[in-house]
Amino acid sequence: MTSEVADPAETIAISPAADPGFLQRYGGTIEYILIPGAALVGALGAFGIFVALFGKNPLDLYFYMYRGAFGTWFSWQNTLTRAAPLILTALCTALPAQLGMVIIGGEGALLIGALASTSVALAMQWAPPLAVQLAMAAGGMIAGGLWIMLSGGLRQYRGVNETISSLLLVYIALAILNHLVEGAMRDPTSLNKPSTREIGAANMMGSIPGTDVHWGLVFGIVAAVASYVLIYHTVFGFAARVAGGNIRAAKIVGLGVGKLIMTICFLAGASAGLAGMVEVAAVQGRTNANLAAGYGFTGILVAFLARQNPLAVIPVAILLGGIGASGGLLQRRLGLPDASVHVLQGIIFVFVLASDAFYGRIGFLKGKP
Amino acid sequence: MADGTIGLWTVPLAVLGGAIRVSTPFLFVSLGECITERSGRINLGLEGTLVMGAMSAYGISYVTGSPWLGVLAAGATGALLGALHAGICSLPRVNDIAVGIALMLFGTGLAFYLGKPLIEPTAPRLPAIDFGWWSDIAQVRAALRINVLFLIGIALAPILYWAFRTTRWGLLIRTAGESSDAARAMGYSVLAIRLRATMVGGFLAGIGGSFLSLFYPGSWNEGLSSGQGITAVALVIFARWDPMLCMWASLAFGGAAALGPALQSVGVTSGYHLFNAAPYILTLAIMIITCSPKRTLTGAPAELSITR
Repeated sequence: MTSEVADPAETIAISPAADPGFLQRYGGTIEYILIPGAALVGALGAFGIFVALFGKNPLDLYFYMYRGAFGTWFSWQNTLTRAAPLILTALCTALPAQLGMVIIGGEGALLIGALASTSVALAMQWAPPLAVQLAMAAGGMIAGGLWIMLSGGLRQYRGVNETISSLLLVYIALAILNHLVEGAMRDPTSLNKPSTREIGAANMMGSIPGTDVHWGLVFGIVAAVASYVLIYHTVFGFAARVAGGNIRAAKIVGLGVGKLIMTICFLAGASAGLAGMVEVAAVQGRTNANLAAGYGFTGILVAFLARQNPLAVIPVAILLGGIGASGGLLQRRLGLPDASVHVLQGIIFVFVLASDAFYGRIGFLKGKP
Repeated sequence: MADGTIGLWTVPLAVLGGAIRVSTPFLFVSLGECITERSGRINLGLEGTLVMGAMSAYGISYVTGSPWLGVLAAGATGALLGALHAGICSLPRVNDIAVGIALMLFGTGLAFYLGKPLIEPTAPRLPAIDFGWWSDIAQVRAALRINVLFLIGIALAPILYWAFRTTRWGLLIRTAGESSDAARAMGYSVLAIRLRATMVGGFLAGIGGSFLSLFYPGSWNEGLSSGQGITAVALVIFARWDPMLCMWASLAFGGAAALGPALQSVGVTSGYHLFNAAPYILTLAIMIITCSPKRTLTGAPAELSITR
């Protein structure tokens, strides 16, 4: 398959390491970069073939994808702006994954977080902007956290499968959002697209100085690094990983598995809720159906591509943000439908999962002759 | 009772009509998923299969002028997606739930991509059989305009129930689902059984999708299915992997899903979106009531990753 084809090229880069212990020590890490990388290359190849079937030149495709994602400073800013919510929603899948849970409801927590932070902002119009923003962040995180905690609690205390319950909660969240936006919270002046009132220009989150990228990116990076430290460098994270590896062993050594699940799920949902707050406070300025832009679903892909490692989520989110950012250019220059980005994401997802089969099977990475 | 003046009776009638009309996709997806899960694998990607089925049915019906060819094309598309799922899952160490999520995104993305040119044109729809000819009341007649696919789905449930119990194929699927070691010891390839079970599941889910675009609501657009596939997958779990219970649950769901539009038609417009979310809320509520953390569900195939 394509993933094997890509391997020999990479061996040249590793082979200078004459130290026989090198591969034994770092082989696993290299594997974690090499295999998803090869899967990505394979997916791009498959998408090129797919596009060629519709009479488009794949080389043009790759060129415009690069241009639209990383080619210019403008496209870099667009990419990073999209990466911000992706980092946060990916954590919503990556954190519970440490416990062996598959949560795919980041989109729901994002919507509920957006709704909560908008409500907070509308209720606090008298307060200074910094206070409003802090309260918005807190509101979004608490609401999103409780939303995913619901899935965690149902799994722990009722045995309801968390994958299905979290996805059902996405649709319920969307219904609540539409209900409030078209009803109690509707701004009477929003005629074509029902929306809430605006949170006010003063309360909007600014850009990072010298760029057009909003502060949400910093939120995302801080959240990812904090999650990494929590999972790999604290006792709590260690306990979570033990429970994720073998839940029976965790119970025998007396770990409070229920507490672990609830806490991790709260943090996961809080992260996606923060993404909702960022989208409101930095991009939309109000809540409406535009918020259901699929960041929660792309976040699942980011988490899987990053192999659920909170630190690896950052570069992967930038990569997937770039693919999203290039969608507009592909539409204008190549006449591809806007859904082409979703097709590519789907293909990447399929290739990444299929590549799971290759871990531990590439002989030279284990230092074998 | 003169026609047109049946007042609040409209609501239960519309719910009944909805139970018949809206339940068909639920019925096909849940029966298909029932076969797949009985073989020991879960395919969460049926949401994507449903949308792909709807798109391909509409496209083929538009191009060929025959809605029935569309239904067949939808089934074939579904079977292909099922084969893709089974093929990836047969690789070592690949998680079937994750593959399902991937195919859910892939299927919907691909359907939106290929279906862009299909939003405008009108394709020939599936015909309906009028079972309400005896009535003067327009609403009763509307409720009893029944599509053949619904009847096929209703007939399929007892057939599957019988097939699981008595036929050789039913036994093989159940063996693969309960103990892959036993199936292997008998000399059967578990992967091949699951491949076929997933393909049949995909075939049925694709047909469920064709109902969406060719009968009710009867057009192709990107908001055609919002979570009906995943609801049907959840439905299989609390139907205890029993085709007959799948059928009853699908009917209940169709009724719940018709509640929103029915109330809207008599002037209750507040809470429209909440009533539209009724199937999801109902699914979640039933799962909360019927699941238990202490024991695995009765009737659950032992090889199924979701119950372990």
